[in-house]
Parts: sequence; structure tokens; C-alpha cells
Amino acid sequence: MAAPAQPAPATPKGAGGGLDVASLREQFPILTREVRGKPLIYLDSAATSQKPLAVLDAERNFYEQHNAAVHRGAHQLAEEATDAFEQARAKVAGFVGAQPEDLVFTRNATEAINLVSYTYLNATLKAARGKALPEGAEVFVLAEGDEILVTEMEHHANLVPWQELCDKTGAVLRWIGLTDDGRLDLSDIDELVTSRTRVVSFVHQSNILGTINDPAPLVARARAVGALVVLDACQSVPHMPLNVATLGVDFMAWSGHKMLGPTGIGALWARPGLLATMPPFLTGGSMIASVHMEGSTFADPPQRFEAGVPMVAQAVSLGAAVDVLTGWGMEKVHEHEMSLTALTLEGLSSVPGVRIIGPTHTKNRGGAVSFVVDGLHPHDVGQVLDDQGIAVRVGHHCAWPTCRRYGVPATTRASYYVYNDPSDVAALVAGVERAQQFFGVR
Amino acid sequence: MTMQLESMYQEIILDHYRHPQGKGLREPFDAQVHHVNPTCGDEITLRVRLSEGPDPIIEDVSYDGQGCSISQASASVLFEAAEGQRLSHWQAQHEAFKAMMHSRGAGEPDEDELGDAVAFVGVSKYPARVKCALLGWMALADAISRSLSGPPR
Repeated sequence: MAAPAQPAPATPKGAGGGLDVASLREQFPILTREVRGKPLIYLDSAATSQKPLAVLDAERNFYEQHNAAVHRGAHQLAEEATDAFEQARAKVAGFVGAQPEDLVFTRNATEAINLVSYTYLNATLKAARGKALPEGAEVFVLAEGDEILVTEMEHHANLVPWQELCDKTGAVLRWIGLTDDGRLDLSDIDELVTSRTRVVSFVHQSNILGTINDPAPLVARARAVGALVVLDACQSVPHMPLNVATLGVDFMAWSGHKMLGPTGIGALWARPGLLATMPPFLTGGSMIASVHMEGSTFADPPQRFEAGVPMVAQAVSLGAAVDVLTGWGMEKVHEHEMSLTALTLEGLSSVPGVRIIGPTHTKNRGGAVSFVVDGLHPHDVGQVLDDQGIAVRVGHHCAWPTCRRYGVPATTRASYYVYNDPSDVAALVAGVERAQQFFGVR
Repeated sequence: MTMQLESMYQEIILDHYRHPQGKGLREPFDAQVHHVNPTCGDEITLRVRLSEGPDPIIEDVSYDGQGCSISQASASVLFEAAEGQRLSHWQAQHEAFKAMMHSRGAGEPDEDELGDAVAFVGVSKYPARVKCALLGWMALADAISRSLSGPPR
């Protein structure tokens, strides 16, 4: 590693990675704020990213110029709004190498994963009562004793929905354990993936450990037994170039607000043709083909899964976020973050009493770095950092079982995005040392 | 360090954190509860022993747990405040403590009533940490109510 362990605080904003961070930061008004009387250093982008002007402007412009309900009404504004919504779908799909008809807008990634888990529940319930299902829906019908495989590094959003599905159907939840260095322990994968495995659902990049999981071996095992694969890509889509064709999974879920977009919108992508085999999730207006008092039939996807008036302005705004990221180039975004990650791993490792929870090197690792400090609770570390204007996440990061696996109640997590630079890493490392001094543990 | 941070982590709080009073689970007890702060994973297991009578004496409060300096110090302060007190006295104290913690820093706590617990007024300026300070107190209130509604000893 060529970079120094603790870069000089004088490092100008804008150094490194091929991104012009200094001029890029000007597009994020919030970054000029002071917090607790100090300039904000935002190191919590894994929780939610900040938003550039282009994204804010897109949402406002939609409301000022084109606002109307989509997919209904024949007036000009309704046409414009519908076009804007569908163009946004094409942009977001294109961002991950997908076709727009395979992408459903959801409220967030949590809802996208629930859409899939409820597909299994709804297909199972309807099949048990002999009700009509779309052709090909058998793959979603579960029997008692079928198995769902997750991992011990899942965000609660990719764990609790599957636990609930198991409770309701009699399916059995199994999970892949973790190694001490923060990787999936695939040593017993042949016992974990069985002829009863129906779903393999796992995180692409862990929000707490930073680990990037290679989908290939899990996809191959799943294919061999006919199980479908769900990928939680919340922490990967915003941070690296991705293409669904090379990932090989059946479903991919992610959120908009972690990739410069607004809150209230996420996406579910499904392998071409798969959505058509699925019964609906939320039901009501917009998702029907025809409705009679005796019963209803449902629209083709993706509308089948977008009941009610959707989040049009947010979709348009997310489309603008895609434009911004594409303009910078995802290769550059990724490189930039990896250089900050390397600095962070090296800087924190050089502080006595600090332990990284997760991989300690940058291979197959992203820019969310969790750590614990001997003798200090993460809340107290976070409070001292906050006092210096540094925003980090403290707690279990909605990955409580992962914390337990590593014997820690919680961690402090720093996470990066395009607007961070080496001076932020230096401030973090110095802040952690200050916390140690304040509490007298060093 | 700023004054803000020092007003939160007053020396009394740091003392209780470093030298927790009454920590460790003890026998005998009437009720045991386990409370968790789901936002951060802080946990406390707490036991209470009450005397007989209409306004019993809190004979023992014992606890164990893990958490930040605020939650641990608060449990230690709670032990000192509650141990040997009449239930009605502690309940009034608990109400005053809750009111102070929800005051967003504007409370003017009565030191005669709250003792060392007044040190937590600085914490009340930080909404995310209020739950940490209340964790042990809520656990004791729960344990007392279970003890009172449980079968007579």
C-alpha cells in the first residue's frame, strides 16, 4: 500500500481516485453544513447517501412541470408523467444491464425482498386452495420441509422476511456460517444446499462487514438443485459497476436512497420471464387487467407489482441519480472508494486497541468498515466522533446475528462515497484516538 | 473536547461507568426482567427484591448487562437511588428522572430528589442517547410491576 497510514490533514479535498472530489462536493449542499459547531464529515453513506443538486432538481422539476398520476388519464400531463416514470425505469434498469420490463419499482429494498418472499407465500396459499396461478408459478409453491438458505451476514431485511415465510409455510431456514476473517464459510455448502433447497438468498456486499460475496459458487449450487437465487445488492449497486447478466441470479433487490437517490424508492429486478410467473403482492388499483365483483385478473409485469399510484417523482429523481453516477463512471466511483477503504483499514489498524470486524484487506471488500475499540462501547466512540462533526453509524447495523457471531454487541462503522476524501479518513482515525484519550483507555 | 461533550459525560457518569455500584445478579429476588435497546443492542438483566406491605421497601436491585457508558452508569446510579427506598419514593424519583430525560436539556432537576441522577441532564440534549439512560430504570419499573402482580411469597 503506497498511501501513508494517516494522511496529513492538509490533504486537499479532491485528491485521488480519478474523481474530482472538490468540484463534485459542490453539488451536495448538505456537505457545507456544520454539525455540533464543526464542518460535517459524513461517513454514513452505507445507511443513506447524500443527494446532489441534479437529483433534488429533478424531483422539483417533475412536480413543477409534469406532475400527474401515471398509467391513467389521457391528458397531456398524464402522458408526460407516464413517459418520465417509464424513462426512469429504463435508466435504472440500464444501470445494471437490465431491460425495463424486468424491473419493478418498490418502496425500498426491504419491500423488494418482501415482494419475493410473499410471492412464495401467496403461491403456496393459492395452490393449497386450488386457485389459479400464472403459468410457471409451481416454482414458488412451498411444501413443509422445503429449505430456504441465507447467510449469517444478512441485513435483517434479508433474514426476517424468510423467517416469517418459514413460520407460515413450514419451510425450514438454514444459513451459511462465517469465518473468523469475515467471509462466508462454504466448507459445508454441500450439506447446506440440498434437494429440498428452494431459495438461496444472500447479500452481495455486507453492510456491516464490507465483505463482497462472489455469487458464482452459490448460484452454481442453487442451479444444481433447481433453487432460485435472490441477491441483496443494496451495498453493491451504488458502489461498483454491475451487470445482472454476469451475476447469474434470479432476483436482485436494492434501494434508491443509497445511490444518491431519494428515499421511498427501491427496485426489484427479476430474470427475464420470471415476473410473469408470479402472483401479485400488493393489490388494488393499477395492477389489474379486469375487475368484477366475483374476482379479478391482473396486469402484466411490471405493473402487476406496482399497485396504487407509484412514487413517480422519486423514480424520476432516481433516474437523475443514475445519470449523475453514469456521468462520473462507476469504475471511477469504485476505485475512489477502494482507495479510501485501503487508507481506513491501514489507518485504523495502526491504532492500538482497535479491531476491524470484517476483512482486513481490500480484496473482495467494499467501503463499509466496522470496528470495535477495546474498553469503549461503539455508542461512546460515535458520540466523541459526532462531537467533532464526524457522522458514523453505531449499533448492530440491522445485522444483529452477525454481531453475535463476532462476539460484539455492536460496532462503529465508517462508510464512504464519492464525496469523501483522504482527509475524512485522517479525521476518523484521529477522532478514534481522541475517544480513547477522553475515556482514558489509552 | 467541547463543553457539549463534557456536559454529557460528566465526571459522575464516568465514575459510575468505571466503578459500577451493585452490579452482578443476586439472590433472593422476586422478579427478573431482561430489557434490550433494539436500536443499539444494549442489554440489561435486572432482579428486584421487595419487602412485604402496601408500600414495600426495595430491598435489593441487582443487575448485569452490557452497553455504553451512559446505560451502564445509569444502572449504577439507579442501584444507589433505589436500594433501601420505599417504593413510593422511588416511583416519584423515576417520574422526575423520566421528565428530566425528556426535557431536551431544558430540565432543572432537583438534586435533593435525584441525587447523582441529575448528572444525566446533559444526556437529555441527545435524543438518541435518552433510551440508553432510561434502560435500567424502565427495567426496574417492569420488574417491580411483575413482582407486585406475581404470586405472594
